[in-house]
Amino acid sequence: MNSFVGMPSFPEASSVAVGDAQLRHNLRKATHTIRAKRAAVVGEQPDWAALREAGAAIKDRTLRHLDVYLERLEAAVVAAGGTVHWAADAAEANRIVTDLVKATGETEVVKVKSMATQEIDLNAALADAGIRAYETDLAELIVQLGDDWPSHILVPAIHRNRAEIREIFLEHMADWGRPAPPDLKDDPRALAEAARLHLRERFLSARVGISGANFAVAETGTLVVLESEGNGRMCLTLPETLISVVGIEKLVPTWQDLEVFMQLLPRSSTGERMNPYTSMWTGATEGQTFHLVLLDNGRTSVLADEVGRQALRCIRCSACLNVCPVYERAGGHAYGSVYPGPIGAILTPQLRGMAGPLEESLPYASTLCGACYEVCPVAINIPEVLLDLRAKAVTHGHVGQRLAMGAARRVLDSPRWLAVAQRSAGRFRRWTPKRLPGPLSAWSDTRDVPVPPKESFRQWWAASR
Amino acid sequence: MRAREEILRRVRAASPFQSGEGDEGASVPRAYRRRAVMPRGDVIALFGERAAGRRAAVRHVAADELALAMAAMLWARDAKRVAVPAGLPRGWFAGLDGVRRLRDDPPLDHATLAETDGVVTGCALAIAETGTLVLDGGRAQGRRALTLIPRHHLCVVHADQIVHTVPEAVRRLDPYRPLNWISGPPSGGTLEILVVED
Ligand code: SF4
Repeated sequence: MNSFVGMPSFPEASSVAVGDAQLRHNLRKATHTIRAKRAAVVGEQPDWAALREAGAAIKDRTLRHLDVYLERLEAAVVAAGGTVHWAADAAEANRIVTDLVKATGETEVVKVKSMATQEIDLNAALADAGIRAYETDLAELIVQLGDDWPSHILVPAIHRNRAEIREIFLEHMADWGRPAPPDLKDDPRALAEAARLHLRERFLSARVGISGANFAVAETGTLVVLESEGNGRMCLTLPETLISVVGIEKLVPTWQDLEVFMQLLPRSSTGERMNPYTSMWTGATEGQTFHLVLLDNGRTSVLADEVGRQALRCIRCSACLNVCPVYERAGGHAYGSVYPGPIGAILTPQLRGMAGPLEESLPYASTLCGACYEVCPVAINIPEVLLDLRAKAVTHGHVGQRLAMGAARRVLDSPRWLAVAQRSAGRFRRWTPKRLPGPLSAWSDTRDVPVPPKESFRQWWAASR
Repeated sequence: MRAREEILRRVRAASPFQSGEGDEGASVPRAYRRRAVMPRGDVIALFGERAAGRRAAVRHVAADELALAMAAMLWARDAKRVAVPAGLPRGWFAGLDGVRRLRDDPPLDHATLAETDGVVTGCALAIAETGTLVLDGGRAQGRRALTLIPRHHLCVVHADQIVHTVPEAVRRLDPYRPLNWISGPPSGGTLEILVVED
């Protein structure tokens, strides 16, 4: 997760975001819409409490005997014709995937939206090796074409409006494949169709697919990917070689356990009784070559923490983001990692350690209202972990000057980070110093003031489906 | 292999339990619904309702009406060429004139599939509560690409393939087959479902 070092600490980044009308508007709309849908489909489920209890217990069982289940999963995948690789950290995972792609002789891969591959910044590693990674999820596509960072687990481009999306399509689609039609309008239908045609061309010709997984069943070796758009299943199915990068906490012990998570996840996540498409496959399927890369990258240190290890139960549903008053105002970028919102506030400092001001400040990115705990389908007591982390942050001491200097130095090392930092700093300058003063104010303002959107991304997205 | 041993070592060091203790000691409370309590007729009706709620066009037909309903649905969409898996029951197309069937045997290439006017298949089972179809590559279904690439999908569901809840579906499914759970039409396309009540 090195990619995000150099991001401003949470108080700075969030106060700049609070000044961004666009982002605040989109977030409010999106989080409230999903919240209402979730409440309805959870409310109608007569046995929700029992499912939640089972979900938490299954994940705890997995974590208690993770070594047993990892070995079982490996054996099952191998028995089904797949190959299993182990990666202790991001660099190792990137090296394994890069070598696997190189061995196929291909220089292009298609990707299914995956937080694990974002966490390790796989696309950049592939690019360094001359391999182009095409994102195939609509929102990820927008993020990729806009050379941007995702800001929500499920709606990564929530900070963009559709006029911006049209601009991005017109300007950048041609660089990546099929260009956008020159007369592209900014209505949701036209944008969705342009994206569909652009993406379709990508996955019909792709020979290597890269994915993550929502679940990996130790007993059978089955991997499970849930999605909303249907492009993921193309990437999982059509290429000759499939490489899946999966965090070691994604395991569930038995096939039967899926009966719990196939109810908990869609209802908590998008507020649907079932998500539109789910793929399940075991080993090498229908003549494909299949590689599973098991990723640690800090997870075993989380596991070692008695209080904090419950964060590994997380199934990335994003329900906690959508109810969080702090997230609603701050936006995903403020959390400085691929894991935003309440779960990010407890996961990031644990995965990376209290490595700097961002990590130390994240446990304070909460009012401890407890809404996240209440909605969490696997009953992660986020406030409890936050308090525990705060206690740990205090023992590390506080950092003032180091923030500006350290962050600046690291950011300046990479032009891409500089761009991100400048944007943040730009917003930061307009922030009225009501709360916390920050050291980034000296940075130059290169970002235009956004016009409040007529329609948020989430609205057009909902309308375009 | 170094990473493998290192990760397993760290996992064992992190866990308060002794490695090799196994999973038997950790019991999972399963107080949630695992069996249908609804009468069959209601389960079938619920499936139709929920699938329609997912923007699928659903028609309930008797077994002897299937061929005619199938033809009517394909004609209504002006389909000229449809992809079909090998082993589709002949009777399904008994009423069909003027629609060419492209059998996926030998496998059709991606470009051909992309240009068809749709695909006709059966399914492994359907879940009433969520309006979901599950395909497993078994009888009357074919390989996964066959139903992924065409923009229109017409799926035949026999009433006895419909279960009420997700746990019943998971129990019936075979994890060693490639499974596609579908709740709603393919992107930019349509999903039509014929529920055959015999
Ligand atoms: S912490 Fe809980 S609510 Fe938040 S994303 Fe993870 S599973 Fe969902």
